[in-house]
Amino acid sequence: MMTFLTNLVSGISLGSVYAIIALGYTMVYGIAKMLNFAHGDVIMVGAYISFCTTSYLALPAWVSVIFAIVVCTALGVVIEGLAYKPLRQAGSLAVLITAIGVSYFLQNAAQLIWTSNTKVFTSVVGSGSIKLFNGQLTITVAALVTVAACIIIMVALTLFTTTTKMGKAMRACSEDKGAAQLMGINVNRTISMTFAIGSALAAIAGVLLCSSYNTLIPTTGAMPGIKAFTAAVFGGIGSIPGALLGGILLGIIEVFTNSYLSSELSLAIVFGVLIVVLLVRPSGLLGKYVPEKV
Amino acid sequence: MLKVNDINVYYGAIHAIKGVSFEVNDGEIVTLIGANGAGKSTILNTVCGLLRSRTGSIEFLDKNLGSIPAHKIVELGMAHVPEGRRVFLQMTVEENLEMGAYTQPRSTIDPNLERVYDQFPRLKERRKQIAGTLSGGEQQMLAMGRGLMSNPKLLMLDEPSMGLAPILVEQIFDIIKRLHERGTTILLVEQNARMALSVADRGYVLETGKIVATGTGGELLRDEAVKRAYLGG
Repeated sequence: MMTFLTNLVSGISLGSVYAIIALGYTMVYGIAKMLNFAHGDVIMVGAYISFCTTSYLALPAWVSVIFAIVVCTALGVVIEGLAYKPLRQAGSLAVLITAIGVSYFLQNAAQLIWTSNTKVFTSVVGSGSIKLFNGQLTITVAALVTVAACIIIMVALTLFTTTTKMGKAMRACSEDKGAAQLMGINVNRTISMTFAIGSALAAIAGVLLCSSYNTLIPTTGAMPGIKAFTAAVFGGIGSIPGALLGGILLGIIEVFTNSYLSSELSLAIVFGVLIVVLLVRPSGLLGKYVPEKV
Repeated sequence: MLKVNDINVYYGAIHAIKGVSFEVNDGEIVTLIGANGAGKSTILNTVCGLLRSRTGSIEFLDKNLGSIPAHKIVELGMAHVPEGRRVFLQMTVEENLEMGAYTQPRSTIDPNLERVYDQFPRLKERRKQIAGTLSGGEQQMLAMGRGLMSNPKLLMLDEPSMGLAPILVEQIFDIIKRLHERGTTILLVEQNARMALSVADRGYVLETGKIVATGTGGELLRDEAVKRAYLGG
């Protein structure tokens, strides 16, 4: 029973990280209609920035998180402006390949700057833990902070997209860019804004991920990036609650497979579940399909 | 108010609009009529900045729109209600209307909402409803209401009667007349030529990208060639 609870907690915590990353994929897809495969590598950059701030500049952990957010936000906007914006009229394949190129560029740039040696990442929230049921169930502070961050981000984003003018404009752009322009919405600025938000979230995800796993290499972001992308598709790409649901479910499935079956199988099962979901519900669990009236 | 001078628009290699010029004066209803594919919507999309002309000029309120991006043109006082309505289906009626007022200061939104609800009481009843659940006629009203939310000096309507039951077409044209009486200048694109010409001050007849006839609404309604081609004999 306690193993089950321990697994559940770590599954939800890992899933929360996937959910935060998946939000970046889903928002960018929803508005720019592109898969930003470099998103995972922005996570890695965020983690390195946080690592450098605490290790080399000896600044407190919370400062390092803010640094990481600022750098990644700027990085996201620059990537969008330099690599994707010139391709706005191009086919989706060109954009996709560019995104893969940006991903490799970031990984290799990180390798040049920080070398490929594994860095030991010190958790930004300390290594404390809470013991429950006479010490049978241990929950790390990192896990708690991760889940809390995920909930706060979800609530904040939902409020942002439903109550603010900019947020509503984003939803309008995601449905129909031409019509949004006719309303006077600056579509290019809205897309930049989406990349800024997604990349800021990637920075947070990077710091949280490395706080749980404590190691950092230039490819740290690649696998979580792909899994979070799976989570976004699983939940219904373009849907914010879908990213949350997909992320958490994926985290739980992964941890349970690791624990009860075998860690070799975990990826196969994660992607197997994705295939089944897509066969049954092609738009994902919470993907919306609104019939159009002609 | 609007002066379009010798525009040529291409879709890739296809020459869709061939040297079209026309103008809309303050307070008029002007209609562009023509068959499917004549280039009516292309002209509106070029005027509002979604498409670009290779030649000529488009002047709105004595300003050359040349390189002004579409989202800035809205701020100048032009609203375009596009073909096929294109309301935001996953947003509520009220959110759609708010988007229409995107360029407007916050203080004008509430009075404008009141005005639009006054004009379209049905929208008020459904203001919390998702636009995708509205009927075609209601979506058309929403699209028009959304256009009016920016207090436009010029309202461009692209096929407002498309796909609507005859009774709704009547209603939409009544609304167009009312808007006109209140001083809104309107550029109307229609396939329903008879209806369009009966409310219009002036009209232009478009054929495969060229203007082939022009006159007052009444003149065109009586014109033999127009009758044969567009009014069913």
